[in-house]
Amino acid sequence: MDALLLNFFNPEIAAKVWPFLLQGFWTTLLLSAIVVPLGLAGGLAIAVLHSLHIRWLNWLLIAYVDFFRAFPPLVLLIFLYFGTPFLGLDIPKLAAVAFGFLLNTSSYYGEIFRAGIESIPAGQTAAARSTGLGRWQTLTFVVLPQAVRNVLPDLVSNTLEVIKLTTLASVVALPELLNNARQAQALTYNPTPIVIAALMYLALLWPIVRLLSRLEHRSVGGR
Amino acid sequence: MGAWDRFVFSFFNADIAMQALPLVAKGFVVTVQLALAVIVAGTLGGLVLAMLRSFGVRPLNWLIIAFADVMRALPPLVVIILLFFALPYTGVSLGAFMATWLALTLVLCAFAEEIFWAGILAVPRGQWEAARSTGLSRLQTLAHVVLPQAVRMTVPPLTNRVIATTKGTALGSVVALSEILNQSSSAASLAGNATPLTVGAAAYLLLFLPVVILGRWVETRYAWRK
Repeated sequence: MDALLLNFFNPEIAAKVWPFLLQGFWTTLLLSAIVVPLGLAGGLAIAVLHSLHIRWLNWLLIAYVDFFRAFPPLVLLIFLYFGTPFLGLDIPKLAAVAFGFLLNTSSYYGEIFRAGIESIPAGQTAAARSTGLGRWQTLTFVVLPQAVRNVLPDLVSNTLEVIKLTTLASVVALPELLNNARQAQALTYNPTPIVIAALMYLALLWPIVRLLSRLEHRSVGGR
Repeated sequence: MGAWDRFVFSFFNADIAMQALPLVAKGFVVTVQLALAVIVAGTLGGLVLAMLRSFGVRPLNWLIIAFADVMRALPPLVVIILLFFALPYTGVSLGAFMATWLALTLVLCAFAEEIFWAGILAVPRGQWEAARSTGLSRLQTLAHVVLPQAVRMTVPPLTNRVIATTKGTALGSVVALSEILNQSSSAASLAGNATPLTVGAAAYLLLFLPVVILGRWVETRYAWRK
């Protein structure tokens, strides 16, 4: 048992790698702070465009959304990061990661916002327009606030997924938490850094999981 | 060479694509096997956990909730790396296939449990009481009355979750499992050309595009009745 503990939670190694892991943790937060708003904005744009009911545009949007929902994000990331240099392009790591995640997450957020907008009865738009509100005013002051409230659990759930997705950036050696933990493990020949990183992910994401459970059960109860 | 020619040469090179095809096809088989094994084990495991939870045994429920919370909070790639790189220090060594399978199964199991549980909760309490009062046992009530209604409601969210988890099979490439992504990226670095990656990407689309479109259909077909 002691040997096991020494392997998986070696305090000496933990102390040594802690600053390095913390650095990775901040990068994970920074990456999430870039990727989540980008995805939200992209998804919102897709859903708003979809609500204009322009037939050819909607076909394009659905094709885009389905394409990137079918494409594993890691494949997308590797394609962007290892493929583009063959073209003579040198895209910075962070930009490649952010762009790949934008393509992937905007399609998920787009589907969620679309479901939210479609959950608002058409009569609301008609009523708002008849009071003299413009198209955009109707959208921003009447439709979207209700739409977002209706799909809030899904938005939170997807945001959780996006933050978990940032671990993929370790594959292209972006120095986020998982990347640093794996490097530290390779250097120390000890799994302690990975175990600590897992605990850090838990500390970051468990509150979101709890929040999500409460939101979901509330929506079941309120039905 | 112009920019366009260079693009075609690097990404759509017919000769290199032909060379890469058998490798990617091999990876395709591994991906499909892994995905099927994950779907079956993860969904069944989730169903069993949700059924156990419905019996209301407190300490057991705490364990199930803790398991579901941890597996939903941890990024799947972290779970794979824990199982593949950390577990061997205890003397248990899983192969790349086993480690990826187990990690994705545990993750799917946790999400499926939550989805089935939400479905069970959505069946009105009166149905339980009515079924029990006709003399059905707890298990019979669950199997013949509650689950058939609950499962119907869980089809759309479960389909989405299954698609998301099976796409995670690409993560196996991190532990050198020879699935599509690993096969195509090693073929790409061997050929010094990105075309094998294109072939791999096409293989993923071939596999998942029909599933995503099916999922869209399922979503409208089994929409929650409000």
